[in-house]
Amino acid sequence: MEHGSYSDQSKSTFSLTDEDHTFANSVRFTLNQDPRVTFCGYSIPHPSENRVNVRVQTTGDPACEVLKDSCQDLMLMCQHVRSTFGKAVNEFKAIKNVDDMDMN
Amino acid sequence: MSSSDEEQEQKKNGNGGGILDFIMNLEDVPSKLSPHLELIKTRVVCSIDAPQHTDTINYSGAYAALGVDNSVRLDSFCQNFKVEVKKLTDDDIEFDMIGIDPSLANAFRRILIAEVPTMAIERVYIANNTSIIQDEVLSHRLGLIPINADPTLFEYPDNAGGENNEKNTIVFKLHVRCEKGQPRITVKSDELKWLPNGSDLIADDTKPNAGSKPKTFTSFSCSQDSLPEFSKKPLGPTNPDIILAKLGPGQEIELEVHAVKGVGKTHAKWSPVATAWYRMLPEVVLTEDVTDELADELVTKCPVNVFDIEDIGKGRKRATVVKPRACTLCRECIRGGKEWEDRVSLRRVKDHFIFTIESTGAIPPEVLFTQAVKILEDKCERVITELS
Repeated sequence: MEHGSYSDQSKSTFSLTDEDHTFANSVRFTLNQDPRVTFCGYSIPHPSENRVNVRVQTTGDPACEVLKDSCQDLMLMCQHVRSTFGKAVNEFKAIKNVDDMDMN
Repeated sequence: MSSSDEEQEQKKNGNGGGILDFIMNLEDVPSKLSPHLELIKTRVVCSIDAPQHTDTINYSGAYAALGVDNSVRLDSFCQNFKVEVKKLTDDDIEFDMIGIDPSLANAFRRILIAEVPTMAIERVYIANNTSIIQDEVLSHRLGLIPINADPTLFEYPDNAGGENNEKNTIVFKLHVRCEKGQPRITVKSDELKWLPNGSDLIADDTKPNAGSKPKTFTSFSCSQDSLPEFSKKPLGPTNPDIILAKLGPGQEIELEVHAVKGVGKTHAKWSPVATAWYRMLPEVVLTEDVTDELADELVTKCPVNVFDIEDIGKGRKRATVVKPRACTLCRECIRGGKEWEDRVSLRRVKDHFIFTIESTGAIPPEVLFTQAVKILEDKCERVITELS
């Protein structure tokens, strides 16, 4: 859910349900990396409510688009992490198999 | 556009770029951060009283005044990100994640502990318990047993009062009795016997109609061991030797348990990891040569043998750093006066994580990490669709 103004879309607060520090802090990181962002931060209004508020202020682009791009960036980063990790594990297993065969 | 126009265009751009390049290549225009700022940005310095420069500098324009771009674009992230597996067994994995921000490393850790699903015992139907361990304590112990079942093959239970079927429930029974005159019995987790056909217990007292089957606590439409994914390997606890209770002569436990799918944030019994944690790579730097007696002293100061002695000829010795990875940052080496603080610098590399995952056994640790990253991706996707 987005809270902002119709006249100025460059600053908005997004209220995300069923999310916590896990997602909010990661997306805060990717938002911070975006040169279009002038300010971003998140808060959890109440600890027993599953909700985070993410504040985004930009240099002019619609905050919603910038947040979407950041989520996209985060997703691509995750995909890269997954493929790199998969490769590293396979390599390690291959080397270990060769070592085991040498032992025998 | 004609070819001559193109040439002119190139020339213009080239000239513009040339001037910019010229300015950027001037000696007093920094293109990289100066060493002291680079140190603050990339290292935590562990001094005697407190760690310094612990925060990460994320903001893309943090060094704009110095003409340095601090943004991490996707391609530069992909270039710098590395994973090195150090140890991999059936139950645990240790690997180095290099070139990633702590916010992401921590997200993976949090997801591993709280959001990767597993199967765990949720309901216990006790028919008889004459042992000294109380029903509720026994139920709690049963809940914590890791179940060796792939949670991706199951659905989440229907909390809206739906039925328990072969797709969301695993049923086990346990019936142990210690006969009078026999020695005491230790009940272990291997006494849990899988019931692939569902519950054995009759759910209501009303007499069933002749011919129809009495109603039980589950309604399986088929036997689970007839399904191809379970026929090869029967379901059961991952460890056969977890002690559940002890029975004296004449005591008996008879019960049935239902395991369902869940996540660690609901209850820790669904957490797929014993622990998942990371630490930043320690870096130990000798800022000046430490020789002879001082070198001996430094080597004996360190409880984990980070330092060693090398021979530099003419009977002289010099201390070197051989095992920085073993450093626990106990700071014993910089204790003993200002001069030791000046000789040794203890640091941590901010973007190098030594990540360890200990699985409870249901899911291999390398699969766990892949699943955790996938869950973060799904979160992103959810938010993108919500915003669109």
